[in-house]
Amino acid sequence: MVTTYPIMMSTVAPKKAESGVATPPAAAPEVSEMASETSSPVSNAIITVKDMDFCYGAKQAMFNVNLNIATKKVTAFIGPSGCGKSTLLRCFNRINDRIPGAHISKGEVRIKGKNINEEDVDLAQLRRQVGMVFQRSNPFPKSIYENVAYGLRVHGESRKSVLDTAVERCLTHAALWSELKDRLNANAMGLSGGQQQRLCIARAIATEPDILLMDEPCSALDPIATSKIEELIFQLSNDYTVVIVTHSMQQARRVADDTAFFYLGKLIEFAPTMEIFSNPRQKQTEAYVRGQFS
Amino acid sequence: MQTPAQDTATPGTNPFAKQKSHRETKESLIKWTLRSATYVILIITASIFTHIFIRGAPVVFSLTPPFINTSFLTKLPETLHVLEDKQGKKYETTPTGVDVIKKQLGDNLRNEKTISYSGGGILGPIVGTILLVGVCVVVALGLGIASAIYLSEYAKQGKFIEMARLAILNLSGVPSVVFGLFGLGMFVLSAPKITSHPLDRSLLAIPLGFGEYISFEGWDTSVLAGGFTLAFVILPVVITASEECLKAVPQGFRETSLALGATKWQTIWKCVLPFAMPGILTSSILGIARAAGETAPIMFTAALAFKDKLPWQGDTGIMGIFTQSVQALPYHIYTLSARIPQNEYSERAQYGSVFVFLVLVMSLAGASVILRRKLRAKYKW
Repeated sequence: MVTTYPIMMSTVAPKKAESGVATPPAAAPEVSEMASETSSPVSNAIITVKDMDFCYGAKQAMFNVNLNIATKKVTAFIGPSGCGKSTLLRCFNRINDRIPGAHISKGEVRIKGKNINEEDVDLAQLRRQVGMVFQRSNPFPKSIYENVAYGLRVHGESRKSVLDTAVERCLTHAALWSELKDRLNANAMGLSGGQQQRLCIARAIATEPDILLMDEPCSALDPIATSKIEELIFQLSNDYTVVIVTHSMQQARRVADDTAFFYLGKLIEFAPTMEIFSNPRQKQTEAYVRGQFS
Repeated sequence: MQTPAQDTATPGTNPFAKQKSHRETKESLIKWTLRSATYVILIITASIFTHIFIRGAPVVFSLTPPFINTSFLTKLPETLHVLEDKQGKKYETTPTGVDVIKKQLGDNLRNEKTISYSGGGILGPIVGTILLVGVCVVVALGLGIASAIYLSEYAKQGKFIEMARLAILNLSGVPSVVFGLFGLGMFVLSAPKITSHPLDRSLLAIPLGFGEYISFEGWDTSVLAGGFTLAFVILPVVITASEECLKAVPQGFRETSLALGATKWQTIWKCVLPFAMPGILTSSILGIARAAGETAPIMFTAALAFKDKLPWQGDTGIMGIFTQSVQALPYHIYTLSARIPQNEYSERAQYGSVFVFLVLVMSLAGASVILRRKLRAKYKW
């Protein structure tokens, strides 16, 4: 297992790590220096984050993050609120650009080997290949069909046959086709919460992305809808690289191959999920996964 | 053994009796003051409407078939002639009918009265108002929605944009007669126009090379000038309302659309505007109803007291409709009630016009309510 393990990060020699844990947030750079020394890219990484600092205006939100995310695996980001896990996720499709003053102040994010913050990156193309599902299921108040077809339409696809095939493929993929095939023209707002979120997933995979980002996709859903989404995530990982931010450690444990634990804007530990939960190397990680703080 | 205190245990008395105080009186006094304030407004509104209805409805509707007096709605205003013979019998007639009756009466004619604008119908003013409102809608919605989109979606929120907002709000405080004068100076006398013969008073004529000039000589008093002026009167309403409606569209729609690779404009066009449109339209229609009723802005820019032709009569072509002055309902009402001598014969046209005008404005308001209901049901989130 450890040999195929895609990456690592701030996990260092236990001694050093302990000192890192003990340092208050202000001493962040120490931890990060150690991290950059030890992070080693893996060959099948699709997303590489290197020495990244992220700021909202003058306020720094992320400190020297190093991380490699493996192709076609499910990677979960866990950590308490405000730890920067969503911020990092939102860097991967540059949706943070919307927020005035938000920027990467140091380091870089590479997807498929390309620094996505360079001038010659076309946002439409980037986002077409890096799809995203948001916390609140937010289908457009249009028909189910139009919701799924939206991504293709904005990329200039208007042939009905292509759209029809895509809608069927995506809805099938999102386990919705059998439920909804007879009412594709119904308004998507009439669906249940779980169906809406699966529709959002269908909508996100319509542009055939390589990476699917999910920002707490189940936080507004009941347990049954949640388990359906989790099942779906599991299946999606055959075709897509899934990065999921979650508040629920159980969920990370159930769906993720690898798990990254963030605390106060720093990546504390990144390891295969089994390891994070059963044998965390960092004290903070251990405290968090045991539920001692949240 | 202790006996319970007398006042709490005496059978037959109510321990929960109301305490005597002035508080209740004060409370009900306040309630009735507030209530009567509301009722006063209600009564005033009701009496205005009833008065207009009672006096105005008979001009347009009648109790005998065909129940509707179409000539008031389909004829142009004309001078009413009232002839009286020596027996005291009165004949009301149109300018063309005067001679016939005069011939009939011969020496029997004792008295002849003419009352301007009080005969015929009000088709001219109705058509003029519709044209003015039409131009106003196009200009106000076009300019207003465009700038609302810029303000809420594109502009970097800062001092300059705050100032722009403040300017827009202040625009709504400008008296309408000032808008009228502004329209006169701006659209009537100095707006650019393409012509082959610039006027002498043209502020600036730029030759285009093929015999035509862009001449800053204004559009004269015309539907175009009036419509533009009216548009500026309601722009603050349209912009403010549109901005609110755009802001009410959930940010999630924008983020999702952007995350699917849509450009900013695609997002606005497909995911923001359609959902903001119901609100924009309904609040704009109310603004438009107000514009339809403005007199001062069109007084110097578009309206005529009297015109014997409809805009499309004569050989002016399609564009000619918009480049000539028209009669308009609010100005017609003003003329009827303030510019001609008042007597029993002038009332018919006065109340009739007010009634028709009120019905027009109310149907605009009603349309906006229906539209809002329909679109709300369609776009709910």
